[in-house]
Amino acid sequence: MNDLWSFFLFAAFVDNMPLTLFLGLCTFLALSRRTESAVGLGIAMTGVLGVTVPLNNLIYNLFLAPGAWGWAGQPDLDLSYLALITFIGVIAATVQLLEMLLDRFFPAIHAAFGVFLPLLTVQCAILAGSLFMVERSYTFVESAVFGVGSGVGFAVAVVMLSAIRARLSYADLPAGLRGLGIAFILTGLMSLGFASFAQMAAAP
Amino acid sequence: MSARISFWTTLTDPLIRQNPVTLQILGICSALAVTTTLATALTMSVSLTVVLTLAAGIISLIRRHIPDTIRLIVQIVIVASLVIVIDQILQAYFADISRALSVYVGLITTNCLVLGRTESYARFNAPLPSMVDAFGNGLGYSLVLIVIGSIRELFGMGQLFGAQVLPLAENGGWFTPLSLMLLAPSAFFLLGGLVWAVRSVRTEQVEPPDHTPPLQRGAVE
Repeated sequence: MNDLWSFFLFAAFVDNMPLTLFLGLCTFLALSRRTESAVGLGIAMTGVLGVTVPLNNLIYNLFLAPGAWGWAGQPDLDLSYLALITFIGVIAATVQLLEMLLDRFFPAIHAAFGVFLPLLTVQCAILAGSLFMVERSYTFVESAVFGVGSGVGFAVAVVMLSAIRARLSYADLPAGLRGLGIAFILTGLMSLGFASFAQMAAAP
Repeated sequence: MSARISFWTTLTDPLIRQNPVTLQILGICSALAVTTTLATALTMSVSLTVVLTLAAGIISLIRRHIPDTIRLIVQIVIVASLVIVIDQILQAYFADISRALSVYVGLITTNCLVLGRTESYARFNAPLPSMVDAFGNGLGYSLVLIVIGSIRELFGMGQLFGAQVLPLAENGGWFTPLSLMLLAPSAFFLLGGLVWAVRSVRTEQVEPPDHTPPLQRGAVE
Protein backbone atom coordinates (compact mmCIF):
# COMPACT_ATOMS: atom_id res chain seq x y z
CA MET A 1 0.00 0.00 0.00
CA ASN A 2 2.80 2.34 0.97
CA ASP A 3 4.55 1.52 -2.27
CA LEU A 4 1.53 2.42 -4.33
CA TRP A 5 1.11 5.71 -2.47
CA SER A 6 4.67 6.74 -3.16
CA PHE A 7 4.20 5.59 -6.75
CA PHE A 8 1.14 7.85 -6.95
CA LEU A 9 3.17 10.80 -5.66
CA PHE A 10 5.90 9.95 -8.16
CA ALA A 11 3.44 9.98 -11.06
CA ALA A 12 1.76 13.17 -9.92
CA PHE A 13 4.73 15.33 -8.96
CA VAL A 14 8.13 13.92 -9.92
CA ASP A 15 7.08 12.85 -13.41
CA ASN A 16 4.63 15.69 -13.80
CA MET A 17 3.21 15.48 -17.33
CA PRO A 18 3.26 19.10 -18.50
CA LEU A 19 6.07 20.50 -16.38
CA THR A 20 8.73 17.80 -16.50
CA LEU A 21 7.84 15.73 -19.55
CA PHE A 22 6.37 18.52 -21.72
CA LEU A 23 3.25 16.51 -22.46
CA GLY A 24 -0.16 17.95 -23.23
CA LEU A 25 1.22 21.46 -23.41
CA CYS A 26 -1.09 22.61 -26.18
CA THR A 27 -4.23 22.27 -24.09
CA PHE A 28 -2.24 23.14 -20.96
CA LEU A 29 -1.44 26.57 -22.37
CA ALA A 30 -4.61 27.13 -24.34
CA LEU A 31 -7.06 26.37 -21.51
CA SER A 32 -5.22 27.96 -18.61
CA ARG A 33 -6.50 31.49 -19.21
CA ARG A 34 -9.45 31.02 -16.86
CA THR A 35 -9.51 29.03 -13.64
CA GLU A 36 -12.92 27.44 -14.30
CA SER A 37 -11.84 25.94 -17.60
CA ALA A 38 -8.59 24.80 -16.00
CA VAL A 39 -10.48 22.93 -13.26
CA GLY A 40 -12.74 21.29 -15.86
CA LEU A 41 -9.75 20.23 -17.91
CA GLY A 42 -8.00 18.83 -14.84
CA ILE A 43 -10.98 16.69 -13.83
CA ALA A 44 -11.51 15.44 -17.38
CA MET A 45 -7.81 14.55 -17.68
CA THR A 46 -7.85 12.61 -14.42
CA GLY A 47 -10.96 10.69 -15.46
CA VAL A 48 -9.77 9.79 -18.94
CA LEU A 49 -6.21 8.91 -17.88
CA GLY A 50 -7.51 6.85 -14.96
CA VAL A 51 -9.67 4.78 -17.32
CA THR A 52 -7.55 4.48 -20.46
CA VAL A 53 -4.17 3.58 -18.98
CA PRO A 54 -5.34 0.44 -17.09
CA LEU A 55 -7.64 -0.49 -20.01
CA ASN A 56 -4.78 -0.24 -22.47
CA ASN A 57 -2.63 -2.21 -20.05
CA LEU A 58 -5.13 -5.07 -20.13
CA ILE A 59 -5.40 -4.99 -23.92
CA TYR A 60 -1.65 -4.80 -24.38
CA ASN A 61 -0.87 -7.69 -22.06
CA LEU A 62 -3.69 -9.91 -23.29
CA PHE A 63 -3.42 -9.37 -27.03
CA LEU A 64 -0.44 -7.35 -28.19
CA ALA A 65 2.58 -8.12 -26.04
CA PRO A 66 5.19 -10.53 -27.45
CA GLY A 67 4.03 -14.05 -26.61
CA ALA A 68 0.53 -13.02 -25.61
CA TRP A 69 -0.95 -15.51 -28.08
CA GLY A 70 1.03 -18.40 -26.56
CA TRP A 71 -2.18 -20.11 -25.37
CA ALA A 72 -3.37 -20.27 -29.00
CA GLY A 73 -0.21 -22.00 -30.13
CA GLN A 74 1.40 -18.81 -31.48
CA PRO A 75 4.18 -18.09 -28.96
CA ASP A 76 6.26 -16.17 -31.52
CA LEU A 77 3.54 -13.78 -32.54
CA ASP A 78 4.53 -10.21 -31.64
CA LEU A 79 1.84 -7.66 -32.32
CA SER A 80 3.38 -4.86 -30.26
CA TYR A 81 3.81 -2.71 -33.37
CA LEU A 82 0.03 -2.38 -33.40
CA ALA A 83 0.09 -0.82 -29.93
CA LEU A 84 -0.02 2.78 -31.11
CA ILE A 85 -3.07 2.43 -33.31
CA THR A 86 -4.87 0.30 -30.71
CA PHE A 87 -4.22 2.78 -27.93
CA ILE A 88 -5.46 5.72 -29.93
CA GLY A 89 -8.59 3.76 -30.85
CA VAL A 90 -9.23 2.86 -27.21
CA ILE A 91 -8.72 6.45 -26.15
CA ALA A 92 -11.05 7.81 -28.82
CA ALA A 93 -13.70 5.23 -27.90
CA THR A 94 -13.34 5.90 -24.16
CA VAL A 95 -13.65 9.62 -24.61
CA GLN A 96 -16.72 9.16 -26.79
CA LEU A 97 -18.27 6.73 -24.31
CA LEU A 98 -17.51 8.97 -21.35
CA GLU A 99 -19.10 11.88 -23.15
CA MET A 100 -22.27 9.92 -23.92
CA LEU A 101 -22.55 8.56 -20.37
CA LEU A 102 -22.06 11.99 -18.83
CA ASP A 103 -24.56 13.50 -21.25
CA ARG A 104 -27.14 10.86 -20.35
CA PHE A 105 -26.71 10.64 -16.58
CA PHE A 106 -24.93 13.80 -15.44
CA PRO A 107 -25.93 16.56 -17.87
CA ALA A 108 -24.71 19.27 -15.49
CA ILE A 109 -21.18 17.86 -15.42
CA HIS A 110 -21.31 17.35 -19.15
CA ALA A 111 -22.24 20.97 -19.69
CA ALA A 112 -19.40 22.05 -17.42
CA PHE A 113 -16.86 20.11 -19.49
CA GLY A 114 -18.18 21.57 -22.70
CA VAL A 115 -15.70 21.32 -25.50
CA PHE A 116 -12.80 19.84 -23.55
CA LEU A 117 -13.91 16.25 -23.55
CA PRO A 118 -13.71 15.53 -27.31
CA LEU A 119 -10.47 17.51 -27.42
CA LEU A 120 -8.87 14.98 -25.09
CA THR A 121 -8.76 12.38 -27.89
CA VAL A 122 -5.80 14.18 -29.38
CA GLN A 123 -4.15 15.05 -26.09
CA CYS A 124 -0.55 13.90 -26.15
CA ALA A 125 -0.45 13.39 -22.38
CA ILE A 126 -3.16 10.73 -22.53
CA LEU A 127 -1.54 8.73 -25.29
CA ALA A 128 1.80 9.17 -23.55
CA GLY A 129 0.36 7.68 -20.36
CA SER A 130 -0.34 4.46 -22.25
CA LEU A 131 2.99 4.50 -24.07
CA PHE A 132 4.93 5.00 -20.82
CA MET A 133 2.93 2.14 -19.31
CA VAL A 134 4.30 -0.15 -22.05
CA GLU A 135 7.83 1.24 -22.01
CA ARG A 136 8.16 0.81 -18.24
CA SER A 137 6.12 -2.44 -18.17
CA TYR A 138 3.73 -1.55 -15.37
CA THR A 139 1.37 -4.13 -13.89
CA PHE A 140 -2.38 -3.57 -13.98
CA VAL A 141 -2.59 -2.02 -10.51
CA GLU A 142 0.47 0.12 -11.10
CA SER A 143 -0.92 1.40 -14.37
CA ALA A 144 -4.21 2.37 -12.71
CA VAL A 145 -2.32 4.28 -10.02
CA PHE A 146 -0.07 5.82 -12.66
CA GLY A 147 -3.05 6.95 -14.74
CA VAL A 148 -4.87 8.61 -11.85
CA GLY A 149 -1.64 10.04 -10.43
CA SER A 150 -0.51 11.69 -13.62
CA GLY A 151 -4.02 13.03 -14.16
CA VAL A 152 -3.97 14.62 -10.71
CA GLY A 153 -0.51 16.04 -11.39
CA PHE A 154 -1.77 17.59 -14.60
CA ALA A 155 -4.80 19.05 -12.82
CA VAL A 156 -2.66 20.60 -10.08
CA ALA A 157 -0.28 22.14 -12.59
CA VAL A 158 -2.95 23.58 -14.86
CA VAL A 159 -4.97 25.07 -12.00
CA MET A 160 -1.83 26.68 -10.55
CA LEU A 161 -0.86 28.15 -13.91
CA SER A 162 -4.34 29.52 -14.52
CA ALA A 163 -4.35 31.19 -11.10
CA ILE A 164 -1.00 32.84 -11.81
CA ARG A 165 -2.15 33.97 -15.24
CA ALA A 166 -5.33 35.44 -13.79
CA ARG A 167 -3.22 37.57 -11.43
CA LEU A 168 -0.88 38.57 -14.22
CA SER A 169 -3.62 39.84 -16.49
CA TYR A 170 -3.42 43.14 -14.62
CA ALA A 171 0.35 43.39 -14.95
CA ASP A 172 1.94 45.74 -17.45
CA LEU A 173 4.02 43.36 -19.54
CA PRO A 174 6.20 44.20 -22.55
CA ALA A 175 3.95 43.98 -25.59
CA GLY A 176 5.76 41.06 -27.23
CA LEU A 177 5.62 38.98 -24.07
CA ARG A 178 1.87 39.25 -23.54
CA GLY A 179 -0.10 36.01 -23.71
CA LEU A 180 1.91 33.09 -25.01
CA GLY A 181 5.38 34.43 -24.21
CA ILE A 182 4.79 35.02 -20.52
CA ALA A 183 2.86 31.75 -20.26
CA PHE A 184 5.98 29.90 -21.38
CA ILE A 185 8.18 31.70 -18.89
CA LEU A 186 5.68 31.07 -16.06
CA THR A 187 5.59 27.41 -16.99
CA GLY A 188 9.38 27.38 -16.91
CA LEU A 189 9.39 28.86 -13.39
CA MET A 190 6.80 26.31 -12.23
CA SER A 191 8.88 23.61 -13.82
CA LEU A 192 11.88 24.79 -11.77
CA GLY A 193 9.69 24.45 -8.69
CA PHE A 194 8.61 20.95 -9.62
CA ALA A 195 12.25 20.01 -10.24
CA SER A 196 12.64 20.12 -6.45
CA PHE A 197 10.27 17.14 -6.22
CA ALA A 198 12.70 15.22 -8.38
CA GLN A 199 15.45 16.18 -5.92
CA MET A 200 13.36 14.90 -3.02
CA ALA A 201 12.74 11.66 -4.87
CA ALA A 202 16.43 11.23 -5.59
CA ALA A 203 17.36 11.77 -1.95
CA PRO A 204 16.85 8.48 -0.04
CA MET B 1 2.35 32.75 -62.52
CA SER B 2 -0.01 33.71 -59.76
CA ALA B 3 -0.38 30.03 -58.86
CA ARG B 4 3.35 29.88 -58.32
CA ILE B 5 3.30 32.93 -56.11
CA SER B 6 0.53 31.50 -53.96
CA PHE B 7 2.46 28.22 -53.65
CA TRP B 8 5.44 30.21 -52.52
CA THR B 9 3.48 32.09 -49.88
CA THR B 10 1.79 28.88 -48.70
CA LEU B 11 5.25 27.43 -48.27
CA THR B 12 6.99 30.38 -46.62
CA ASP B 13 4.14 31.82 -44.55
CA PRO B 14 4.42 29.21 -41.78
CA LEU B 15 8.16 29.81 -41.41
CA ILE B 16 7.88 32.98 -39.32
CA ARG B 17 4.73 34.93 -40.12
CA GLN B 18 2.33 32.08 -39.26
CA ASN B 19 4.77 29.86 -37.41
CA PRO B 20 2.91 26.85 -35.98
CA VAL B 21 4.82 26.81 -32.70
CA THR B 22 5.27 30.47 -31.79
CA LEU B 23 1.94 31.76 -33.09
CA GLN B 24 -0.61 28.99 -33.48
CA ILE B 25 0.34 27.11 -30.23
CA LEU B 26 0.45 23.80 -32.10
CA GLY B 27 2.85 20.95 -31.53
CA ILE B 28 4.62 22.43 -28.53
CA CYS B 29 4.89 19.25 -26.50
CA SER B 30 7.39 17.57 -28.73
CA ALA B 31 9.09 20.83 -29.64
CA LEU B 32 10.34 21.14 -26.08
CA ALA B 33 10.92 17.56 -25.09
CA VAL B 34 13.32 16.49 -27.82
CA THR B 35 15.51 19.57 -28.05
CA THR B 36 18.24 18.68 -25.58
CA THR B 37 20.55 17.82 -28.48
CA LEU B 38 20.57 18.91 -32.08
CA ALA B 39 20.57 15.35 -33.45
CA THR B 40 17.30 14.36 -31.76
CA ALA B 41 15.74 17.70 -32.68
CA LEU B 42 16.67 17.16 -36.32
CA THR B 43 15.35 13.58 -36.38
CA MET B 44 12.11 14.70 -34.84
CA SER B 45 11.79 17.55 -37.34
CA VAL B 46 12.34 15.27 -40.31
CA SER B 47 9.92 12.62 -38.98
CA LEU B 48 7.23 15.16 -38.30
CA THR B 49 7.62 16.89 -41.66
CA VAL B 50 7.40 13.56 -43.50
CA VAL B 51 4.35 12.40 -41.55
CA LEU B 52 2.64 15.76 -41.90
CA THR B 53 3.22 16.04 -45.65
CA LEU B 54 2.14 12.47 -46.41
CA ALA B 55 -0.88 12.65 -44.12
CA ALA B 56 -2.01 15.92 -45.69
CA GLY B 57 -1.62 14.40 -49.16
CA ILE B 58 -3.57 11.23 -48.34
CA ILE B 59 -6.34 12.98 -46.45
CA SER B 60 -6.71 15.57 -49.17
CA LEU B 61 -6.95 12.81 -51.80
CA ILE B 62 -9.88 11.15 -50.04
CA ARG B 63 -11.37 14.34 -48.62
CA ARG B 64 -14.60 14.01 -50.61
CA HIS B 65 -15.19 10.45 -49.35
CA ILE B 66 -14.71 10.94 -45.60
CA PRO B 67 -18.04 11.34 -43.79
CA ASP B 68 -17.89 14.41 -41.62
CA THR B 69 -18.98 12.64 -38.44
CA ILE B 70 -16.09 10.17 -38.30
CA ARG B 71 -13.42 12.31 -39.94
CA LEU B 72 -11.34 12.66 -36.75
CA ILE B 73 -11.05 8.90 -36.38
CA VAL B 74 -10.18 8.44 -40.05
CA GLN B 75 -7.52 11.13 -39.83
CA ILE B 76 -6.05 9.70 -36.65
CA VAL B 77 -5.88 6.22 -38.15
CA ILE B 78 -4.06 7.52 -41.24
CA VAL B 79 -1.62 9.52 -39.14
CA ALA B 80 -1.07 6.64 -36.72
CA SER B 81 -0.27 4.24 -39.57
CA LEU B 82 2.31 6.66 -40.98
CA VAL B 83 3.81 7.15 -37.53
CA ILE B 84 4.13 3.39 -37.03
CA VAL B 85 6.08 3.17 -40.30
CA ILE B 86 8.42 6.00 -39.26
CA ASP B 87 8.84 4.50 -35.79
CA GLN B 88 9.79 1.10 -37.22
CA ILE B 89 12.28 2.68 -39.65
CA LEU B 90 13.89 4.66 -36.83
CA GLN B 91 14.10 1.58 -34.60
CA ALA B 92 15.67 -0.42 -37.42
CA TYR B 93 18.26 2.06 -38.69
CA PHE B 94 18.78 4.66 -35.96
CA ALA B 95 18.42 2.62 -32.77
CA ASP B 96 20.31 5.13 -30.58
CA ILE B 97 18.25 8.12 -31.63
CA SER B 98 15.06 6.08 -31.43
CA ARG B 99 15.87 5.27 -27.80
CA ALA B 100 16.66 8.91 -27.05
CA LEU B 101 13.34 10.01 -28.53
CA SER B 102 11.54 7.39 -26.39
CA VAL B 103 7.77 7.78 -26.66
CA TYR B 104 7.88 11.10 -28.47
CA VAL B 105 7.93 9.56 -31.95
CA GLY B 106 4.69 7.76 -31.17
CA LEU B 107 3.34 11.03 -29.90
CA ILE B 108 3.52 12.53 -33.39
CA THR B 109 0.14 10.80 -33.75
CA THR B 110 -1.43 13.20 -31.32
CA ASN B 111 0.73 16.14 -32.23
CA CYS B 112 -1.80 18.92 -32.51
CA LEU B 113 0.14 20.31 -35.46
CA VAL B 114 -0.64 17.31 -37.68
CA LEU B 115 -4.34 17.21 -36.88
CA GLY B 116 -4.52 20.99 -36.89
CA ARG B 117 -3.25 21.22 -40.46
CA THR B 118 -5.24 18.29 -41.83
CA GLU B 119 -8.36 19.56 -40.10
CA SER B 120 -8.04 23.18 -41.15
CA TYR B 121 -6.35 22.93 -44.56
CA ALA B 122 -6.05 19.49 -46.15
CA ARG B 123 -9.76 18.83 -45.67
CA PHE B 124 -10.71 21.66 -48.02
CA ASN B 125 -7.91 21.78 -50.58
CA ALA B 126 -6.49 19.76 -53.44
CA PRO B 127 -3.59 17.38 -52.69
CA LEU B 128 -0.76 19.52 -54.07
CA PRO B 129 -1.47 22.76 -52.18
CA SER B 130 -2.22 20.71 -49.05
CA MET B 131 1.14 19.00 -49.24
CA VAL B 132 2.89 22.34 -49.85
CA ASP B 133 1.11 23.82 -46.85
CA ALA B 134 1.97 20.79 -44.72
CA PHE B 135 5.60 20.89 -45.83
CA GLY B 136 5.80 24.60 -45.03
CA ASN B 137 4.36 24.03 -41.57
CA GLY B 138 6.77 21.16 -41.06
CA LEU B 139 9.63 23.49 -41.95
CA GLY B 140 8.36 26.18 -39.61
CA TYR B 141 8.21 23.62 -36.81
CA SER B 142 11.67 22.33 -37.71
CA LEU B 143 13.08 25.86 -37.64
CA VAL B 144 11.97 26.37 -34.04
CA LEU B 145 13.22 22.92 -33.01
CA ILE B 146 16.62 23.45 -34.61
CA VAL B 147 17.09 26.93 -33.10
CA ILE B 148 16.20 25.72 -29.59
CA GLY B 149 18.08 22.44 -30.03
CA SER B 150 21.29 24.12 -31.09
CA ILE B 151 21.12 26.70 -28.28
CA ARG B 152 20.52 24.00 -25.68
CA GLU B 153 23.23 21.67 -26.94
CA LEU B 154 25.76 24.46 -27.48
CA PHE B 155 25.39 26.03 -24.05
CA GLY B 156 24.46 22.89 -22.17
CA MET B 157 27.39 20.76 -23.30
CA GLY B 158 29.46 22.97 -25.59
CA GLN B 159 28.73 20.57 -28.44
CA LEU B 160 26.94 20.61 -31.77
CA PHE B 161 25.86 17.25 -33.21
CA GLY B 162 27.95 15.63 -30.48
CA ALA B 163 31.17 17.33 -31.64
CA GLN B 164 32.92 19.58 -29.12
CA VAL B 165 32.67 23.18 -30.33
CA LEU B 166 33.48 25.12 -27.19
CA PRO B 167 36.53 23.78 -25.29
CA LEU B 168 35.42 22.65 -21.81
CA ALA B 169 37.06 24.10 -18.72
CA GLU B 170 37.77 20.64 -17.31
CA ASN B 171 39.80 19.82 -20.44
CA GLY B 172 41.85 23.01 -20.26
CA GLY B 173 39.44 25.18 -22.26
CA TRP B 174 37.42 28.12 -21.03
CA PHE B 175 33.78 26.99 -21.28
CA THR B 176 31.83 25.83 -18.24
CA PRO B 177 28.66 24.00 -19.33
CA LEU B 178 25.37 25.40 -18.09
CA SER B 179 23.65 22.27 -16.91
CA LEU B 180 20.38 24.17 -16.50
CA MET B 181 20.18 24.21 -20.31
CA LEU B 182 19.71 20.45 -20.32
CA LEU B 183 16.80 20.56 -17.86
CA ALA B 184 13.13 21.12 -18.58
CA PRO B 185 12.78 24.76 -17.41
CA SER B 186 15.34 26.17 -19.83
CA ALA B 187 13.32 24.91 -22.80
CA PHE B 188 10.34 26.91 -21.58
CA PHE B 189 12.46 30.02 -21.00
CA LEU B 190 14.08 29.74 -24.43
CA LEU B 191 10.77 29.26 -26.20
CA GLY B 192 9.27 32.18 -24.25
CA GLY B 193 12.25 34.30 -25.26
CA LEU B 194 11.90 33.17 -28.87
CA VAL B 195 8.23 34.13 -28.91
CA TRP B 196 9.18 37.52 -27.47
CA ALA B 197 11.91 38.02 -30.08
CA VAL B 198 9.64 37.08 -32.99
CA ARG B 199 6.88 39.33 -31.72
CA SER B 200 9.22 42.28 -31.21
CA VAL B 201 10.03 42.14 -34.92
CA ARG B 202 6.56 41.13 -36.09
CA THR B 203 4.46 43.45 -33.96
CA GLU B 204 1.21 42.37 -35.66
CA GLN B 205 1.44 39.08 -33.72
CA VAL B 206 1.26 40.81 -30.33
CA GLU B 207 -1.80 39.68 -28.36
CA PRO B 208 -4.14 42.39 -27.10
CA PRO B 209 -3.99 42.95 -23.33
CA ASP B 210 -6.67 41.14 -21.30
CA HIS B 211 -7.53 44.25 -19.35
CA THR B 212 -6.92 47.90 -20.06
CA PRO B 213 -5.93 49.81 -16.95
CA PRO B 214 -8.63 52.21 -15.71
CA LEU B 215 -8.05 55.84 -16.51
CA GLN B 216 -5.93 57.82 -14.10
CA ARG B 217 -8.11 59.64 -11.64
CA GLY B 218 -6.48 62.96 -12.49
CA ALA B 219 -7.29 62.51 -16.14
CA VAL B 220 -11.00 61.96 -15.50
CA GLU B 221 -11.62 64.86 -13.21
